[in-house]
Amino acid sequence: MGQYLIRRLLTLTITVAGIMVMTFFIALVVPLDPLASLAGPQAPPETVERLRALYGFDQPVHVQFGRYMGRLLQGDLGTSFQTGRPVLEDILSYFPATIELATTALIVAVLVGIPLGVLSAVYKNALIDHLSRVLSLVGVSMPVFWLGLVLLLVFYFKLGWLPEPGRLDVMLLEPPRVTGMLLVDALLAGDLEVFFDALRHMILPATVLGLWGMAGIARIVRSSMLDVLSQEYIKTARIKGLTERLVLTRHALRNALVPAVTIIGLTYGGLLEGSVLTETIFSWPGLGRYLAKAFLTLDLNAVVGGTMLVALLFSLVNLLVDLVYAFLNPKITLTEG
Amino acid sequence: MRDPSRPASDLLLQVEDLKVRFHTLRGVVHALEGVTFHLRRQETLGLAGETGCGKSVTARSILRLIEPPGYISQGRIAFEGRDILKLSQAEVRALRGSQISMIMQEPKMALNPVIRVGRQVAETLLIHQPGLGRRAARAQAVEMLAQLGIASPGRMARRYPHELSGGMAQRVMIAMMLVTRPKLLIADEPTSALDVTIQAQIMELMKDLIREIRTSVLMITHDLGIMAESCDRVAVMYAGSVVEEGPVRAVLKNPRHPYTRGLLKTVPDNANPDQPLFSIKGNVPSLLRPQTHCRFAPRCEEAFDRCREEVPPMYSLGGEHQAACFLHHRAAPARPAGGVGAAEAG
Amino acid sequence: MTLPPPGRSLDKEELRRHRRRARRQFLTDSLILWRRNPLMIIGSLIILGLVLVAVLAPFLATHDPFDQILADRLLPPTAGRWFGTDSLGRDIYSRVIYGARVTLAIAFLVAAISTPLGLIIGVVSGYIGGALDELLMRCSDIFLAFPKLILAIAFAAALGPGVENAIVAIAVANWPSYARLARAETLSVKNNDYIRVMRVLGAGRLRIMVGHVTPMCLSSIIVRMSLDMGTIILTAAGLGFLGLGAQPPTPEWGLMVSDGRDFLVDQWWVSTLPGFAILVVVMGFNLLGDGIRDILDPHQRQGR
Repeated sequence: MGQYLIRRLLTLTITVAGIMVMTFFIALVVPLDPLASLAGPQAPPETVERLRALYGFDQPVHVQFGRYMGRLLQGDLGTSFQTGRPVLEDILSYFPATIELATTALIVAVLVGIPLGVLSAVYKNALIDHLSRVLSLVGVSMPVFWLGLVLLLVFYFKLGWLPEPGRLDVMLLEPPRVTGMLLVDALLAGDLEVFFDALRHMILPATVLGLWGMAGIARIVRSSMLDVLSQEYIKTARIKGLTERLVLTRHALRNALVPAVTIIGLTYGGLLEGSVLTETIFSWPGLGRYLAKAFLTLDLNAVVGGTMLVALLFSLVNLLVDLVYAFLNPKITLTEG
Repeated sequence: MRDPSRPASDLLLQVEDLKVRFHTLRGVVHALEGVTFHLRRQETLGLAGETGCGKSVTARSILRLIEPPGYISQGRIAFEGRDILKLSQAEVRALRGSQISMIMQEPKMALNPVIRVGRQVAETLLIHQPGLGRRAARAQAVEMLAQLGIASPGRMARRYPHELSGGMAQRVMIAMMLVTRPKLLIADEPTSALDVTIQAQIMELMKDLIREIRTSVLMITHDLGIMAESCDRVAVMYAGSVVEEGPVRAVLKNPRHPYTRGLLKTVPDNANPDQPLFSIKGNVPSLLRPQTHCRFAPRCEEAFDRCREEVPPMYSLGGEHQAACFLHHRAAPARPAGGVGAAEAG
Repeated sequence: MTLPPPGRSLDKEELRRHRRRARRQFLTDSLILWRRNPLMIIGSLIILGLVLVAVLAPFLATHDPFDQILADRLLPPTAGRWFGTDSLGRDIYSRVIYGARVTLAIAFLVAAISTPLGLIIGVVSGYIGGALDELLMRCSDIFLAFPKLILAIAFAAALGPGVENAIVAIAVANWPSYARLARAETLSVKNNDYIRVMRVLGAGRLRIMVGHVTPMCLSSIIVRMSLDMGTIILTAAGLGFLGLGAQPPTPEWGLMVSDGRDFLVDQWWVSTLPGFAILVVVMGFNLLGDGIRDILDPHQRQGR
């Protein structure tokens, strides 16, 4: 197990290096001149030139890269064009909101998806199975931005059941910032009003974001369960005289959930992706929205910094998933190497 | 092997006219067409026949493990006098694992890959004797493994199934299924997946254990050698029904059904290694239509008109030897064992 | 048709007949599986519908999709304007109809670029192995380290807005999965007896890769591709929504949803209807993809 971990970390390091190179070069490939748009259409060429020198874009590519790497190692990701703040600061301030949203969405997805998948497999071809499969299909096919708009329209604008886009009611004060996650901080500060308000604000975005995850999880759990239920050892369990319920929970689920764990991990990665669009719709001050804006305005430092972070997170999640899978599946750890 | 001096009226299992159907893409498959046989206490009955003749389906029916699209359409399976087919789910579950067990062909597939084997063996005990306690169950499991010739059974118990060889896994499965000392053990091709050298070992271990526990065994196999070695009686199945039944010596030495005869001829004769290998001509019939005549007739060298028009009943040929073939139409039709004294009459 | 007695080999004519029969059997079995799978039929119908709509757009549309009649802006769905009009007075129904062309074009172009690219890289990488394999796989790992949508957005942003750039961006984000898949398949068949025989017979690497290994990978690649189509369309729509894909006045569905965002409350139809079209089409592709997977997946074909 230890060997496996070390090997994976090594691969990760190389990948990370590659990520950095790649992100950097994407940014440089840009044919449009972001500085020109920053300076404004009326700006004279000298202004643009000065801006360029200021941001160091006049140097040859490898020098820029070297400088960037140097600064990176010091924790300096440059300054964002849009906010004027250091990118690192931006990221740290927006990051928790995204994590909070993504985690909530994942919890929803898992809590709904796994039971649906299990029921679907056990009662194959019954009504619950059909409903669940249709729901999964819709969930996986749904354009996230559209669903967000539709739900907002219905539940906020027309029915008024759920609050406006955003994290918190305008009139309420945020609790003292400990983790940056409103739910956690509110609980820590004992501020229940803020807690529940934040929770209410989270319902729509988490549902929208989580629907896709739920669909994927339900599908994989269903297919995995069906696969497991057809195995010989399930028959053995029945021969031993176990009740169906125990056959399911003690023997089937334990095996069926192993591939599901992988999917759950990957779903988390996918949720990070989906947050770009979801946060935009719900005006959620998170990394996704920050990135979207950065891409649109070609805020290069933000783009590079943000993308790199997302890629790193993504890789880490994948690594964790692989490790958990290896841990759960005795075959992998013992036959590796 | 059974002690011949014991009285013959201790009937453990009586299968009567069992019919099983499967609904498939291509139609209804009549897998079992009136299977009838019986098994006494501490007796080993071999169920022989080629792949697809219905041996496994019969085994599963006894444990009521036939699932849709299959169903038992008719029949009676009397275990110690009670019809299994009429029991409630809970009652069947009480029987499974404690009174009736089954070991299967692919032991490694039949064990749960993520649970240690010791725990799986102990589980059977804990299901039916919940008051036993984990430690006691584990101890018994380890003891059983030792009885099956496993050195360091304690260490073996902590292993996972994929770490075991085929022979080891089969021993674990046997332990798992015999640890509760069931009255009936169904062995579905227990050694077919194993190397020949291991086969003999496993069969020996099984025989010792079976004798000690005094279990009856329904030994399903297509290996005539195993049948000869371990069975008291044998029932030969073809295309969904029993075509011949009787004491193993009698059937092997003097087969009375053309199929059995053909089957025995296919065994290569070591005395004449240059003889061309024999195979019964023709193919196994499609089971898509219900049986209207002798299913073996198309391939039978001795078939005549009646064979293609009626279903032959079981004829009694003396000494518990029976065959379902019109060649014996002059003999008395066999009566199913189960009535008092019927078995003695023979 | 009976098999010849053992000991006699088939002549050319019989061989041809057997082969034809086998092929026909494959198709018949596929057709049976297709028919038994009502969901797949629905999926196929949806996609067929999409293609027909795209092809017959000029006949199905009621108005010119680019025609702006400002007097008619933001009209609700009525008899004359089935889906209403948008903020520039354009007929939404007609734009949705013509949008089918854009969607279809994007989907197929992306597939046409990324699938063969990934396939080739994967097969070459897997078959030749060694340093080349390491290099190509590290490369694809780096691509795969980014969430696909973000990578596509990144490239689209870098290349500049526009449909062509969007297509390239999505294709770039997509090829690594196919490369990985093709490589995995290649690795597993590389040491097949069948391939070994070809090597012994002196067949060159190129011939083996193209003529023998690639066909073996095809079925899983096709399955993956059909399952991917839905995601590709969602990504394209997402890019359109963000303003990075198709540009106005192109009637791209994602772009149309974004256009209607400001009018969501009172003129819901501007955003809702094009988005619904996206949902239906993606569902169709997913159903079709599932069905294709069921057909081509060898486990399913046993006839159980």
